[in-house]
Amino acid sequence: MRNVFIIAGRELAGYFATPVASVFIVIFLILQGALTFNLGGFFDRGQADLNPFFTFIPWVFLLLVPAITMRLWAEERRLGTIELLLTLPITQTQAVLGKFIAAWAFCAIALLLTFPFVITVNILGRPDNGVIASGYVGSLLVAGAFLSVGSALSALTKNQVIAFVLAVAVCFVFAVASYPVVTDFLSRNTPALAEVARRIAVIDRFQDFTRGVVSLRDLIFFATFIGFWLYLNAVIVEQRKAD
Amino acid sequence: MGECRVSAEGQPALIEITGLTKRFGSFTAVDDISFNVARGEVLGFLGPNGAGKSTTMRMLAGFMIPTAGAARICGHDVQGGGVAARRVLGFLPEGAPTYPEMTVTAFLSFCAKVRGYTGAELSRRVEHAVALTRLGSVLLQPVETLSKGFKRRVGLAQALLHDPPVLVLDEPTDGLDPNQKHEVRTLIAQMAPEKAIVISTHILEEVDAVCSRAIIIAAGRVVADATPAELQRRHPSGRLDDVFRQLTMEAA
Repeated sequence: MRNVFIIAGRELAGYFATPVASVFIVIFLILQGALTFNLGGFFDRGQADLNPFFTFIPWVFLLLVPAITMRLWAEERRLGTIELLLTLPITQTQAVLGKFIAAWAFCAIALLLTFPFVITVNILGRPDNGVIASGYVGSLLVAGAFLSVGSALSALTKNQVIAFVLAVAVCFVFAVASYPVVTDFLSRNTPALAEVARRIAVIDRFQDFTRGVVSLRDLIFFATFIGFWLYLNAVIVEQRKAD
Repeated sequence: MGECRVSAEGQPALIEITGLTKRFGSFTAVDDISFNVARGEVLGFLGPNGAGKSTTMRMLAGFMIPTAGAARICGHDVQGGGVAARRVLGFLPEGAPTYPEMTVTAFLSFCAKVRGYTGAELSRRVEHAVALTRLGSVLLQPVETLSKGFKRRVGLAQALLHDPPVLVLDEPTDGLDPNQKHEVRTLIAQMAPEKAIVISTHILEEVDAVCSRAIIIAAGRVVADATPAELQRRHPSGRLDDVFRQLTMEAA
């Protein structure tokens, strides 16, 4: 576990040593603010909650999280530093976990910086802060889910653009899996898959959190989802590290 | 430091490679290579570009999975007992890759932390490696701003940090100026009695200068395994260049 945190510490310092951190956080906050206030009609609704904020957050993550993950392994492979990293006395699982935890911690920092939304809504009215807290937990879990997908796909290639596009595409599939356009199509053709699609949809699970419901089933879903993709990540690294 | 096996000659064989083979599709990059390196030996690993030097070293370091055969470092299988083998290995990968945005100090401290050092011991290890490779003047510079020679020395410092019994260095003097080359060779010669060292190179004068033994590979196969003096006698001219050309051209 010590090695995991040493690697995570190095990675996280890396975000802040380059413009990655500041660009990401600034764009995230601007995008999230613009969407919440304009498209979401934060003030016009006249309700003391953060629903407009949470409606857009998975879509902002869908776009921005792959921008973090695209470099995780692709850049290591392009620079050759993967050879250095994996010949240090650490296991591949530790490397995978360390990188994931750093990226997740970075998303958590970006989320924490949205605190002015919480303050604003508390000044303007009396929101249910429990619902807001569970919305934040859900947001962090969505970020983790997208990060795990992006990290695994980044290990497939040396090319960051490919890693980015693949991650957006696959995350999008998991985001919209329960939308009628997908499930209707699947129920007409393969009904069994339609049921699967409804169950793996990340957005559906997230919506429970935004209603203030933190259920064990959803937590297990996210844990399994992230665990599965990180396992896949370790397998891909093992298979393709030296290619 | 792991327990080490003792070879027939009484000197412990710290590196044991048996039947190491790597195929990429139908192309055989490394074809059934076997050799041992004992403590006190400096093995020069020679061959033309594309002969399989780096591939062999990557397999020895446990980074690349061999198609067949095995490599052991101080008795630890590099695949099965990977972490234990990597703990007693100092490895300089081809091109000396380092994280470009990190400063020299931050990078070496990271490597030292991963190797289990903390506090005063960590600082002492980093300082010692910095002194050995003469990096004192660039400690707080990000690696990406350094010249090629400094980058190579950062890679070398990382490999020497934990004073490992086995050193595997892929082209340690590439990109260095003649003075720096001389320093690195002196350093290798100083460390030689206590360690088993493998260096790959295509600079033949280096073999004469530091190696106690040379293996020449061509097209993935070992074509010669002898002391530099013995190799020189294999060609009427007595020059390593001619021996090298003769052996590697035959195999190609």
